[in-house]
Amino acid sequence: MFLKGGLAAAVGAVATAVPGAQALAAADDRGYVATLIDIRKCIGCEACVQACREASTSKFPEPQKPFPKMYPSRVKVSDWSEKRDVDDRLTPYNWLFIQHATVRINGEDIDLTLPRRCMHCVNPPCVKLCPWGSAKQLENGISRIDPDICLGGSKCKNVCPWDVPQRQTGVGLYLDLLPSLAGNGVMYKCDRCYDRIARGELPACIEACPEEVQTIGPRQDIIAKAHVIAKEIGGYVYGENENGGTNTIYVSPVPFEELNQATTTGDGRPHLKPVHDAMADANHLAAAMVIAPVAGLATAAARFLINRSKGEPHGNQEEAKNV
Amino acid sequence: MSEQKPRATAHARWVKILYILTLFFMALTGFGQMPIYNRYYMSDIPGLGWLANFYITRNIHYIGAVILLGLAFYTALDFILTKRQQVTLTASGWLRAGLLSAIVLSGALIVIKNFPYVHFSDGVIIGVDLFHLAAVMAFLMTMLVCRIAKKKWAVAT
Repeated sequence: MFLKGGLAAAVGAVATAVPGAQALAAADDRGYVATLIDIRKCIGCEACVQACREASTSKFPEPQKPFPKMYPSRVKVSDWSEKRDVDDRLTPYNWLFIQHATVRINGEDIDLTLPRRCMHCVNPPCVKLCPWGSAKQLENGISRIDPDICLGGSKCKNVCPWDVPQRQTGVGLYLDLLPSLAGNGVMYKCDRCYDRIARGELPACIEACPEEVQTIGPRQDIIAKAHVIAKEIGGYVYGENENGGTNTIYVSPVPFEELNQATTTGDGRPHLKPVHDAMADANHLAAAMVIAPVAGLATAAARFLINRSKGEPHGNQEEAKNV
Repeated sequence: MSEQKPRATAHARWVKILYILTLFFMALTGFGQMPIYNRYYMSDIPGLGWLANFYITRNIHYIGAVILLGLAFYTALDFILTKRQQVTLTASGWLRAGLLSAIVLSGALIVIKNFPYVHFSDGVIIGVDLFHLAAVMAFLMTMLVCRIAKKKWAVAT
């Protein structure tokens, strides 16, 4: 703990304090707001976890029971309503938790703690691949799931590189459609207090933190700060390029591979591995969609010219009749 | 339809095969954008496990879109240049061409939406997603009816 505090103090002048709500009005030139999480400062007090719960209580699911019988039988109920107190992982009732890792720094074992929640990707697969449009990305880069239209198919969790969204059965629109055959509830995750931000307030987790672990501001400024700190301490940055870039930037005094190995990961407990841009492959293919019409037109024109040179400007007569 | 069915040329046969194969895989992977194949055991069938991988189905869908776009523009210009004077589109041909255009245009909007920093309003996203699905359903139904009723895209003038 002492080392963590010392490291943080050493670059205190660089890592500015929570900038206040006015910083929220100044998104980067693409309009996105990001958060910097300085792992060295986190003492694992869970004030952020409690603040998140209190600020999000009205958004938590109140499922109807008994749940509809699901078909086929492989579709499992996901019920966290009786386990609302679970706070050591992500659940529909816990959108932020503290991850613990014991790492060795300068020959000394150090306990590091870090807040984990949705990374709020720059190009979020959960939003872009939602088949129904219930996951949304706001103009400031925040991604959130609309509980009024989410059907709980869990595709967002499946395509999320960190498996962040968590499902609660027995709530949401699917109950009014085909509850036994399609959908299975609503997916929940951190919405970075989009409503508080819209009112000019800070996200609850940032406001409540006694150690000023998180800083919020324009993405480009947050990334610049992260690199300044990393340079000062010989540290590492995570989230800048993961999955093509996120709006949650971690700075750590130890490599994230090491942190990842030293912490418990799995369902509801996101990893810290490198993540390639999940949306990039298909988006590169989109370039071919621009070329394809040109290629099609060129081929048809070439065929016409070749036929004309053969004295068949209208092509094969049999073929023409067989459309 | 009373017209005699002429023997298809090799060229027309290949275009038709490519068109049907493309539509088949696009429909298969398009429906796979909804989380149904795993739920309903389709991806449990040996060799079809990839149907449960949304990134694989999406990439195949995009590749299909590339082929379909090329094919559609090729067919359209080929029709204008070489067949317009011999054949004319039937009503069902116009309907299919219209539905296919609606699918392509709504699909293009979805592709654009998937780029970083592109924002459509919530209503537009939901509307386009539903319209794309509805257009595909209408197109598949029309294809089925035309197949059963032996309706052709075009007839000789």
